[in-house]
Amino acid sequence: MSNVQIMTGNTAAAFGAKLCRVQVVSAYPITPQTSLTENLSQAVEGGELKAEFIRVESEHSALTVCISASSVGARVFTSTSSHGLLYMHEQLHWAAGSRLPIVLCCVNRGVGAPWSIFNDQQDAVSQRDTGWIQIYCRDNQEIIDTVIQAYRIAEALYVPVMVCYDGFVLSHTMMPVDVPDAAAVDDFLPPYKPHTILSPEDPRNINPVIFPWRRPDAEGVLRDGYMELRYKLQDTLEEAGKTIVSVGEAFAGIFGRNHGGMLWTYRMEDAEIVLCSMGSLATEATTAADMLRDRGIAAGVAGIRVFRPFPRKEVREVFRRARAIVVFEKDISYGYEGALCSDLKAAFYRSDVAAPIHNVIAGLGGRDVKARELAEATVAALDIIEAGQADEKRQTWLNCHTGN
Amino acid sequence: MIERLFKVNTEEYMLPGNRACQGCGLSLAYRYALKALRENTILTIPASCLTVLHGLYPTTSVAIPCLNCTFASTAASASGIVAGLSALNRSGITVVAVAGDGGTYDIGIQALSGAAERGTDFIFVCYDNEGYMNTGTQRSSATPMGALTTTTPLLTKQQNKKDMLKIMEAHDLPYLATTSPSYPIDLYDKFVKAKRIKGSRYLQISAPCPPGWGYPPKDTVKIGRLAVETGMVVLCEIEDGKFRLTGRSRSLAERGNRLPVSNYVERQGRFRKISEEQLSNLQRWVDNKWNEYLRRAEGS
Ligand SMILES: Cc1ncc(C[n+]2csc(CCOP(=O)(O)OP(=O)(O)O)c2C)c(N)n1
Ligand code: SF4
Repeated sequence: MSNVQIMTGNTAAAFGAKLCRVQVVSAYPITPQTSLTENLSQAVEGGELKAEFIRVESEHSALTVCISASSVGARVFTSTSSHGLLYMHEQLHWAAGSRLPIVLCCVNRGVGAPWSIFNDQQDAVSQRDTGWIQIYCRDNQEIIDTVIQAYRIAEALYVPVMVCYDGFVLSHTMMPVDVPDAAAVDDFLPPYKPHTILSPEDPRNINPVIFPWRRPDAEGVLRDGYMELRYKLQDTLEEAGKTIVSVGEAFAGIFGRNHGGMLWTYRMEDAEIVLCSMGSLATEATTAADMLRDRGIAAGVAGIRVFRPFPRKEVREVFRRARAIVVFEKDISYGYEGALCSDLKAAFYRSDVAAPIHNVIAGLGGRDVKARELAEATVAALDIIEAGQADEKRQTWLNCHTGN
Repeated sequence: MIERLFKVNTEEYMLPGNRACQGCGLSLAYRYALKALRENTILTIPASCLTVLHGLYPTTSVAIPCLNCTFASTAASASGIVAGLSALNRSGITVVAVAGDGGTYDIGIQALSGAAERGTDFIFVCYDNEGYMNTGTQRSSATPMGALTTTTPLLTKQQNKKDMLKIMEAHDLPYLATTSPSYPIDLYDKFVKAKRIKGSRYLQISAPCPPGWGYPPKDTVKIGRLAVETGMVVLCEIEDGKFRLTGRSRSLAERGNRLPVSNYVERQGRFRKISEEQLSNLQRWVDNKWNEYLRRAEGS
């Protein structure tokens, strides 16, 4: 039985958190995430959600509250955007290093200076190396479903999960969303079992200073040094794809929707030209692919859903038949290229995928991007590739007055 | 005094052998503080000398559960523990955050003010060794005027110490107190009292530090006493807004035998470059604070 309601992305995320029966919520206002925080405050004050809501004085404290509450065994939730996420940077590392299954919604927004409240993905992409799983959603249905999946993934792996979705484009846009049944979510997501409990019955010193080398404990057993702990986090993330995919399949088994595990594809069966992107820009690319097909270009789309861990194996498989690849992204690793483009190229190293790749930076700070423009940019990129200039030529900055 | 020592909890929570320096004032105070707090306590501590005292993974010298947190986040970390325990219906545990002066007066003040304003049910303890000692004696806003630190290496600190107690009092807390390891019973009593009270409680420990302050380790108790006897440190408590001098500070007030600040300053290497002008400034600053305390004590 479906329960379809019309709602914004932020409302969908709040529904997700409520269905997961989060026990501690802590957040701080920042556009475009704010209405999500407000929604959950209302749910807690109104008694709809039985949770502690801690109205902290900063994002640094918001994530700290989640870290500590999770350490004593509570299921926790926070959300933020842009400068809020950057202000959490230290705690993002601390959360992953502590191996805590925190779920954070990042409502993607550009980063100052100068100030922009509008959408791009520079905020989350710049936090790529903090040890979190990052999942990018393409519509509001995927947001609610991904929040629910995120807890199951996080609690299976003891790794925090960042659910990313585009500010305004999704956060403030109404779409029909099928709200999962609460009892079914309870079955899908059993209560959180912490790996260590901070408790007077069993005094421990959690996250103390650790040496580079391994040291024996009081019983003489050799325990990890810093590097072993880092390796374990990396190993867990490298293997996390299996869990992410199987959780997606288990979810589909109950709720009938599978958003694609690590990545999703559109008209890829016979595609020669592959458009690749993340989040709502990837959705836009599907319309562009249709337009290109109308013009006789065999275009398809690969949408990267999980950016960390990077779907190395999956992209090698999916891009195998590509003749040319155009990567559209809403972020830039200054001094090089878009981060997704770099990561894709690295994944293709010494694989069967040898197609030329062109990078298009689009939509920074909310710059409008239409499907037609993505289609045209693809055609222009193909010209660059045809001319054999894909390697020399810098990225294209779409709809941007670059003076050349 | 002897008689009152009998009531001190005989259990030890600081096990023998920790990594603090010889004669560490924090170490002395912490032992009594933990005795007063007892088992049903969860600690959270940021980067500081206390992290070192607690020991290196995988062993610890403290038999009370402890969650390490980042430098700026101590009070927020306590908030999270309180929230988590409450969400899980785990009651009867006192949450105690302990930070140095850097982690309290400076980088931790935002989170502390936030947690205090929210009325978080926890005890915040600042052990004030008047500098960033863990990183090698740099200046903090708690460093007194005229002290040499490694970031005021030639000219000494030019400003007076921040009045953190006043800042915390402005949060209308149910209980605030200052303590010194040189007066362990006074310290113990205040921690026992703090544990019984609900809401955000703020305790400050003046913690003499031999390497940071430049005096021999055997003199820690003496230096701590001189700090109180000169009025550099004032032992007091504020309960529901009611101010009270306690212990040695009270008897100094009653007898009027406070010593000049120079008696304290001359015993510490950190003050070896203090100028005449700074010393008289420091004396004036202490006199003004002391008079303010006396007025408040009389008014109560
Ligand atoms: C964000 C951040 N900045 C700097 C440091 C380095 N650091 C670690 S301990 C410390 C000094 C701590 O001083 P205080 O809080 O006074 O405690 P004490 O060492 O004196 O016991 C500093 C600066 C850090 N850990 N984190
Ligand atoms: S530096 Fe000072 S405060 Fe730190 S452990 Fe040594 S004596 Fe104690």
